[in-house]
Amino acid sequence: MAVEVLGPKNVAVTAKLDKLVSWGRRWSFWPMTFGLACCAIEMMAMAAGRFDISRIGAEVFRPSPRHSDVMIVAGTVTKKMAPVLRRLYDQMPHPKWVVSMGSCANSGGVFDTYSVLQGVDLVVPVDIYVPGCPPTPETLFDALMKLQDKVRKGGSLNA
Amino acid sequence: MLNSKVLDALKSQFNDGIIEVSESCGDQIVEVKNDILHDVLKFLHDEQSFDYLLFITALDYPKREGKRFDVVYQLRATSTFDEIRVKVSVAEDEEVESITDIWVSAIGDECETYDMFGIWFKNHKGSGGEGLRRALMPDDWVGHPFRKEYPLKGDGFSDRWAEKYLPKGQRHQIEHTRMP
Repeated sequence: MAVEVLGPKNVAVTAKLDKLVSWGRRWSFWPMTFGLACCAIEMMAMAAGRFDISRIGAEVFRPSPRHSDVMIVAGTVTKKMAPVLRRLYDQMPHPKWVVSMGSCANSGGVFDTYSVLQGVDLVVPVDIYVPGCPPTPETLFDALMKLQDKVRKGGSLNA
Repeated sequence: MLNSKVLDALKSQFNDGIIEVSESCGDQIVEVKNDILHDVLKFLHDEQSFDYLLFITALDYPKREGKRFDVVYQLRATSTFDEIRVKVSVAEDEEVESITDIWVSAIGDECETYDMFGIWFKNHKGSGGEGLRRALMPDDWVGHPFRKEYPLKGDGFSDRWAEKYLPKGQRHQIEHTRMP
């Protein structure tokens, strides 16, 4: 991006559209409220004042998939929940990203049982896996910043 | 410690229906026959001030001779803090009389016990008049997960169930990929 001064009251910013769009996207993630288990507590802590994801513009947790572009799957996904999760993902408008938070969402965790989905990536494509049981708010924050990197490098057409 | 008057009243009322009265860790346990279960609980509720149903659950003893399941009712009297546990043994194909007409809170407990163990409560009536149904697992689930013979990692049906409700073209087949 460049700033050109054309006159005393005229300033123009020039940029490649692709970069401008992905810049706008990565500084305004709107995560979907999708807390399923104890990971949701850490996700709330990340949203609250001490860690404060509004510093990267991602504080607007939306209760509706139609408003949001990042789905943070925070917790154990049961098989009964899997079709609902998939439907919510399908309802999100493009571009959309998925963060799989915690051992349970990554691989089923300790719940290797009949009722628990063995990893949310069986159902939706995952961009970032966050390890931990549960991950600390710092880890999730780091994941969102890694996702910002991914959006920056990916360009606006590939999202 | 339970007031002994309650036990005496129970014994005089249901003399031959009571199989065993025992005590374990300070809890009073009364084991009764299946056909008088509803009467016993009604008696404890109406005439002995046991007004609060703590829980209903079941135990599975697949290798036990005779009847396989124990259905357990834990009651409390909120005026005296007395507790009593009523147990009844049922076979796999046997039905238990529902107690939703005595305690409304039994609706959820009975649905859950049916869902997990497959014990049928007859004359069950939900708050909207609906019958016994699954509480935790999906309605079209096959099998009762808390039975001892149910495999921990599912019997293959659980994977097929998830497949059925997911759109075609999803990323992977649902399966238990981890080694046992």
